[in-house]
Amino acid sequence: MSFGDRFRSLFGDPVLFFAVFGLSLFGVAVVYSAGQLEVPNPVTARAWRMQAIWLGISLVVLFVVMRIPIRWIEWFALPAYILGLVALAVTLVVGTGGGTAASMKGWIRIGGFAIQPSQFANVATILMLGRVMGAWREAPQTVWTLWKPIVIVVVPMMMVLAQPDLGTAMVFGGVLVAAIFWASTPLGVLFMLASPLLGLTFAYLGTWVYSVYMLLLIAFLYLYRARGSEWALILGLNLMTGTLAWPLWNSLEDYQQLRIISFVDPTLDPQGSGYQVRMSTIAIGSGGIFGQGFLEGPQKRLRFLPEQHTDFIYAVIGEETGLIGGGLVLLAYLIILWRLVKLAERLPDPFSGIVVFGVVGAWMTHVLVNIGMTLGVMPVTGIPLPFISYGGSFLLATYIALGVAQRVALEQGRI
Amino acid sequence: MRRSRAARVILIAMVAFLGTALFRLQVLRGDENAIRAENNRLRPLAVPAPRGTIYDRSGRVVAENVPAFQVLVMPGGVRNQRALADSMDAQIERLQPVLNLTDGQIERARRRWQRQTHLPLVLLDDAPESAVAALAERRHQFPAVVVHPYAKRRYPAGEAIAHFIGYISEISEGELELPEFQGYEQGRFIGKAGLERQYEKRLGGTPGRRYLEIDANGRIQRWMPEETSLPPIPGRDLHLYLDLDLQEYIAKIFPREWEGSIAAIDPQTGGVLAYYSNPSYDPNLFIGGISTEEFRVLNEDPRIPLLDRVVASGQPAASTWKLAVAGMALDLGVITPEEYMPQPCTGGLSFQGRYARCHAVHGRQNLVESIKNSCNVYYYQVGIKIGLRRMLEHGARLGFGEPTGIDVPHERTPNWPDIDWWERNRGYSPAENEVMSLAIGQGPMTMTIIKLAHIYAALTAPGGKTPAPRLARESGAPADSAEFHTTARDRWHLEAGMRRVVAPGGTAARSRLPKWDFIGKTGTAQAPSGADHGWFVGTGAREPGAPPEIAVTMFLAHSLHGYTASGYVAEAINFYLARKYGEPFQMFATERMRTQMGLPVDWTGWSTPVVDPPMPQRSQDDAR
Repeated sequence: MSFGDRFRSLFGDPVLFFAVFGLSLFGVAVVYSAGQLEVPNPVTARAWRMQAIWLGISLVVLFVVMRIPIRWIEWFALPAYILGLVALAVTLVVGTGGGTAASMKGWIRIGGFAIQPSQFANVATILMLGRVMGAWREAPQTVWTLWKPIVIVVVPMMMVLAQPDLGTAMVFGGVLVAAIFWASTPLGVLFMLASPLLGLTFAYLGTWVYSVYMLLLIAFLYLYRARGSEWALILGLNLMTGTLAWPLWNSLEDYQQLRIISFVDPTLDPQGSGYQVRMSTIAIGSGGIFGQGFLEGPQKRLRFLPEQHTDFIYAVIGEETGLIGGGLVLLAYLIILWRLVKLAERLPDPFSGIVVFGVVGAWMTHVLVNIGMTLGVMPVTGIPLPFISYGGSFLLATYIALGVAQRVALEQGRI
Repeated sequence: MRRSRAARVILIAMVAFLGTALFRLQVLRGDENAIRAENNRLRPLAVPAPRGTIYDRSGRVVAENVPAFQVLVMPGGVRNQRALADSMDAQIERLQPVLNLTDGQIERARRRWQRQTHLPLVLLDDAPESAVAALAERRHQFPAVVVHPYAKRRYPAGEAIAHFIGYISEISEGELELPEFQGYEQGRFIGKAGLERQYEKRLGGTPGRRYLEIDANGRIQRWMPEETSLPPIPGRDLHLYLDLDLQEYIAKIFPREWEGSIAAIDPQTGGVLAYYSNPSYDPNLFIGGISTEEFRVLNEDPRIPLLDRVVASGQPAASTWKLAVAGMALDLGVITPEEYMPQPCTGGLSFQGRYARCHAVHGRQNLVESIKNSCNVYYYQVGIKIGLRRMLEHGARLGFGEPTGIDVPHERTPNWPDIDWWERNRGYSPAENEVMSLAIGQGPMTMTIIKLAHIYAALTAPGGKTPAPRLARESGAPADSAEFHTTARDRWHLEAGMRRVVAPGGTAARSRLPKWDFIGKTGTAQAPSGADHGWFVGTGAREPGAPPEIAVTMFLAHSLHGYTASGYVAEAINFYLARKYGEPFQMFATERMRTQMGLPVDWTGWSTPVVDPPMPQRSQDDAR
């Protein structure tokens, strides 16, 4: 057995492993840096040690998961999914705020630890999707054939939204889109599924914009030769979202409304997310090409951003390591996601393919929304940066997902 | 596979999108975003949020903000703590003659600063105008001194509102640790007591932050541009049920020589109309921290001005309690309002070997007569009919042992014993005849002034219940309240009794009001030492039979008799109703107060017989 083979049997795909592990170590360093402030704060100053401990735990869990045969994991998908739903339900009742997100109830306190069940439920949902969609023998041809995956994702998503945690709920949406996309669903069906959201957007823009859109939608349905039941469903859904747009908007929490408004106009919410985006872009901008130097960022040291060790950690990276560091981090994410896509396309087993691509969907959503918001090109939603942001539950959940992917690579992948 | 190729294109597009945004921020707009950090350093300066204004029921201001100035000294960028402290001391020494600082002020400022030496030293929290002007003249001499405008709290009504409003002051180190103050920073002003504390979250707002750029010697270079500052979010306003005019009127006429308190509530809403405790103090003294000397004087005053006698002082309710017992008996159905008690009053009653006295010989008594005469013998018998255990249990159900839940943080729980109380405190199990003491408001029970006001408001309100007393309209749903299951006919009899208290032959006859249906009950409680305490509880309605619109309780320590208080209660009710209905107002309307004030008594109606409204007919719900 050559060295490469030994390595593979131990770590799975080495490129994937080292890219993730390297980013995680870098993350501990950045969390440490985020705690180095002008005015010492005991909580954030200690955060890096907690993160290092969680990384150690995550590594152990990674190696354990990699020893579990895929068929066992597939069998375990249903109990894990049910467990996830129960945990989310419990969280809605006894959940508390955590860290910098004190207003939402997303954490359960057990002893000295606070865990965030939504992160684990997310992984369980990916496995459940794999189990249900992996059993399909042909690509879905109508909207109706997709009802199972939609229900599987929407139920936990709604419970996360009720916490209310808009960011994590978006990740569930990303997973659903990725899995449906990967199952070779025709683009027309994908469009039909997405159309209610388009209807919502157009209804917001104005009545006549919405009317034109509805005419185009009818034309599409005719040309696509949609079935009668699809006609009814899609038109009905579009009419519903179009007319319910305003009531839905009013049902959002004040701060969620503010976040969306302040994305459009940051001056409207000076102390909330508009402020965060401004501070974050100033910090990143002041980093220039080479950065202010590790530990040295003046914006960070003055703690302009309260969430700089969690959701806004990319601002610290940008300020202290500049375009070079920020660019390398982006490159690392590209490599990780690229390897996963490459892995997924080689898999003969449909369960494994859906699961690996579901992970791609989840991580992609995290990276796009998180980095996008620190750069001021995406709305501010509380969502952490994979492998880097401070937060034990999320780190552990990503390593469990990584473990499943590595097991797949070990059993049948060989990228 | 086509899907994986599409996935790759999407991936690259995403990274390119983020990369472009990063490049644009860091390279194309890098200079514009860069913060000058070469030699200069930024100092964060908290900008206090203006607290919400507190209004009374008609929009009069109870607590407001006025412009004031803080004088701050910026610490230099010296790393060495010793050198830093020395340079601050030198600056303070030079400032002392300009600002006329006392040693105490300097000592306090230095102590506060030493906890966080990277922050500016707050030399004066509320600099007098002369000091601000003097500093402006010598600006160039003190380049490290900042005069920082902010909104200071002020209570225009001062002493009249001291006890419920509370005060604000700097957050203490102990409070910083509390979960309720999570996220608060040192130096922030918070509500420390009363409404200011109760509604801190609403009133407090969120402080902002500004950054000052200073050089290595602490000299101020400039304020940082607006976009780096965080504007404060002002606190939200609070609207009270309080009638500030009535409150000030009560504070004015309250007899200074007696410690005591008065509470007025609106029986329909439970809203507190007036809330005054005597002796009082000026809450403005506490803002920004009271000086040690001033606090010592207040704290060591033998009359205890800092004690809130409305909600934090429990007293035996004495004869005023008889109506609560009557209400309980009617609620339980053990008496009917018309019935006479079996034993006529012969000056006392013997029960189970205990002889308990009455203050006179009243003969046969029914409910109305017993209230008018405050006949102990009648209530002994009502108590015996109810029975000790049932009285204690039913009283607990009616909430006699619970605080009212009024929205101030310092309410004291009234004492209402349970059956084990005697065992726990006295070491014996109670005899049945203990109920005789409880039936006349004695024995192991004490009530707060606000609690008794609430019970009376419920007793006389249509339906036999009133929402829990509360000061602010924003207090949310009122707490559960006691409910007497009495009929309109029952209440008619209770009120007829109370009406005769302020009528010829009644204990408070001289306090009758010419224009309004003013009814009430006196109480006299034995004090542990000295003269007896006086109580009066009264309600005012537009005319006999109309629902009461105000219920007032007053307690006067060592005032000898309850009728002393009745005059003040009557005048307060007269003031409130006269203004409410736009009637001409006479400063003193009762014979008692006019005589006391040496004014001519021009109304003789107080000696005419009472007029009751028609008695409600027995209706379906009477047939319990």
